[in-house]
Amino acid sequence: MITALLLFWPALAALLVLLIKGEGAKKVAFIATLVEFAIALFAIVNFVPDATTQFALNMPWVERAGIGFSIGMDGISLLMVLLTTFLVPLIVLSSFKHDYKNPHVFYALVLFMQTGLIGVFVAMDAFLFYFFWEVALIPIYFIAAIWGGARRIPVTFKFFIYTIFGSLFMLAAFVYLYFQTAGTELAAHSSNVNAFYQLTLDSATQSWIFWFLFLAFAIKMPVFPFHTWQPDTYTESPTQATMLLAGIMLKMGIYGVLRWLLPVVPMGVSQWADTVLVLSIIGIIYGSIIAIRQSDVKRLIAYSSIAHVGLIAAGIFTLNEQGLQGGVIQMLSHGINVVGLFFIIDIIFRRTNTREISSLGGITQTTPALSIMFLILLMGSVALPLTNGFIGEFLLLSGVFQYNHYFGAVAGLTIILGAVYMLRMFQGVMFGTKSESTEGFADLTFHEKAVLIPLVIMVFWIGLFPNTFLSISEPAVGQLLSIINR
Amino acid sequence: MISIILLSGFGIISLFVGFLKSKRILLPLSLLFLAIVFGINLLDWNDTQSYFENMITIDNFAVAFTGIMVLSTLLILPFTQHYVTRNDENIGELYALILFSLVGAIMMVSYNNMLMLFIGIEILSIAMYVLAGSDKGSLRSAEAALKYFLMGSFFTGILLFGIVMIYGATGTFNIAEIAGSAEALGNGGVNNVMFLLGVLMIIIGISFKVSAAPFHFWTPDVYEGTPTVWTAYMSTVVKTAGVAAFYKLMDAAFAASYGSWMPTLVAIIVLTLLIGNVGAVVQQSMKRMLAYSSISHAGYLLMTLLAFNNLSTSAILFYSFAYSTASIAAFGVLQLVSRQRQNENYEAFNGLGKTNPLLAFSVAVSMLSLAGIPLTAGFFGKFFVFSALIENPDMMWLIVVAVILAAVGVYYYFRVIIAMYLHPVNEEHAPIRSTSFMNVMLIIITVLTILLGIAPALLSDVL
Repeated sequence: MITALLLFWPALAALLVLLIKGEGAKKVAFIATLVEFAIALFAIVNFVPDATTQFALNMPWVERAGIGFSIGMDGISLLMVLLTTFLVPLIVLSSFKHDYKNPHVFYALVLFMQTGLIGVFVAMDAFLFYFFWEVALIPIYFIAAIWGGARRIPVTFKFFIYTIFGSLFMLAAFVYLYFQTAGTELAAHSSNVNAFYQLTLDSATQSWIFWFLFLAFAIKMPVFPFHTWQPDTYTESPTQATMLLAGIMLKMGIYGVLRWLLPVVPMGVSQWADTVLVLSIIGIIYGSIIAIRQSDVKRLIAYSSIAHVGLIAAGIFTLNEQGLQGGVIQMLSHGINVVGLFFIIDIIFRRTNTREISSLGGITQTTPALSIMFLILLMGSVALPLTNGFIGEFLLLSGVFQYNHYFGAVAGLTIILGAVYMLRMFQGVMFGTKSESTEGFADLTFHEKAVLIPLVIMVFWIGLFPNTFLSISEPAVGQLLSIINR
Repeated sequence: MISIILLSGFGIISLFVGFLKSKRILLPLSLLFLAIVFGINLLDWNDTQSYFENMITIDNFAVAFTGIMVLSTLLILPFTQHYVTRNDENIGELYALILFSLVGAIMMVSYNNMLMLFIGIEILSIAMYVLAGSDKGSLRSAEAALKYFLMGSFFTGILLFGIVMIYGATGTFNIAEIAGSAEALGNGGVNNVMFLLGVLMIIIGISFKVSAAPFHFWTPDVYEGTPTVWTAYMSTVVKTAGVAAFYKLMDAAFAASYGSWMPTLVAIIVLTLLIGNVGAVVQQSMKRMLAYSSISHAGYLLMTLLAFNNLSTSAILFYSFAYSTASIAAFGVLQLVSRQRQNENYEAFNGLGKTNPLLAFSVAVSMLSLAGIPLTAGFFGKFFVFSALIENPDMMWLIVVAVILAAVGVYYYFRVIIAMYLHPVNEEHAPIRSTSFMNVMLIIITVLTILLGIAPALLSDVL
């Protein structure tokens, strides 16, 4: 029941927000997302840390075809739901000083998007998963295309076509897998996740199914060379859309790999794991090097995101416990850090009207609070010990190192390169002499602090007590491994 | 059976009502007739009866398809309101023709004998030839009618020739007996040249009627010239009837010779998908885009003919209805926009999201449905079609081709959405006027599309 509440509450709230014209919409949306977060906290308190799927709800959907409305949460899902419900209120709060046209539509779309995202993370039926996968895409497309920057129309169009293209392959693979499953007395086949896990396909079939599914997930993450939509879309979207895309939507791809790729076609995965690792590591180096060369800070973070996601992808395809656990915890950390960084860039942009490193500088002189928050989030991003990034990247790198020493060594460059582009950005933006545009730069307002302080707390919480979160996902990851190694 | 007789009678009544001074009554009267037929038709559910020496069989297949065709017509007719309010001459004929053509369509889904199939197609087609040319002042409409008529008669001839060949080879017109005789010919008739030639000609003849490539060439021109309401009818009811008739024929009469005609049909499907989708990409006119999109949807529908299982009929039923509701909304709004802005191109839709949120929303939902995006009926339409086919493992590659081309489809459907919501409204353009009756119909269509996208079992479990 809790899962259904988590799933439908944002959609209901969205309908309510649609009816509220004017400025009231953002307040109602904010309260609705806080309620959603409270429901998620309630779920986490009642969660028993074992490998079972909890708070499950199974109802027939297309009964004759064996397609069920099956939702539920295991440890991995729960962490993703927690991330989503934690970030969305902050994203809504971060927009309070923006004057978007038609705010009721804007906030309704954000809430619809949340339903889609939660749906992806709790769906325990392949077609339900696909359904929410696309449902999440439509609101974000409109948010980015209506409220985005100057080149928003072609850029978001490319993003939309690209992701639809990938997900249609996923659908084809799901339909094929569905017809291989054994059914119940009611229906000849079943699309439940457990029916998919029980499949035993020959390795040639697994091999092509792997690519059909991987294509969809790789485009969403994005893994090199399927990333070309990402920098433009992140840059052109309004900040809140960028936060949703980078903070949460990207995790749909990684979650998809964990839930629907690794355990379903383990032989296909082991056949192609090397290829994926090489692609991911190319992505790490490529994203980092381009990030170093960027002059636009928003683009810089966009490329750094490619590098970070590359490491997560590499870690989970090693199929060992460190890699998988690192991937899960790094999904949380990356979501928190990247949302914080995009918000800080938005703060700077709104006060100076520029995102060029060269025309910024000297901001630290007048802004102690902003500087500290920025630095903490940045350190989280470059994986300094005691921060959240360290835990994730350490586990991921040790996983990759176990898999192959050389891969581990090259992937380790991410920490060095990350420090290079992040510190270069911080130096250019915050230190040095004041420029024309940063003259009279005001420190954080109450609203801005209200967004950043929870994020900073989480940076340290995950950095100091990672076990709070690792222990939730550990049994689920263990079970995942036992299915893969069957 | 009563529905066929009733509809014929109602058609004649409409003709006489057309002589009255006030023609306003025609539209509500026709809608009432259709509602009655819709209800009467449902009485035959689960009560299979054959009529006229087994010429026609009303089974659940026939009832279900009759139901969705009558319902689609019901949804289309409100968009003829401008005919009635302008009090045009002789509009009684138009309503009579629609009712008569529906008789043909019902015969096409309930025939048991190839002669009835032929008569059904002719009744339907002749009414459509006239409707295509019903805008008497317009050259384009006249051109469309002439083109449609000449081409249509030619292909009807081919179809008839095919039927005769089959008769020559098997000695019967009854589709069940044809299957039996084909068995007797050995190998399901594969070794008999006359039989094979007959099957081929029938495939060509019906392919023309459902506008499958390479027999699609008339579609864009005819659709463009025909008054938009009748284009909507052409691309929905006519297509539904054609595909259902095609499926019934192949399943009942020629299933045993599957191997011999399958390659031809696969070639037709691939060409149809390719030409439909690629052709739609390059169009500037929304109406021509919808014409090409209707070609591509014929391709998806025909994919069900490659697998005869219980999923196939459900898939055709669901897909045709999903496609019909979406097309009706699109053509309905297009008619309003193109008449008031004198422009059928995408630009005419610029800023519609601001000036007419309701019209824009219903078009957006129908575009999403045509593109096959979840939460709309179109998604489950594609899903059921692919599911029906996937049990045939040789056809995996065809599904891949169809999936890639479906992604191409997203491109041109989204151009409409982008025009409506993202392009600024043209200053000179006043908001589009629409009547509250049409608005209500658009709301019903949109709700139907979304409802079937959330609870597909409402329709997919019917057959």
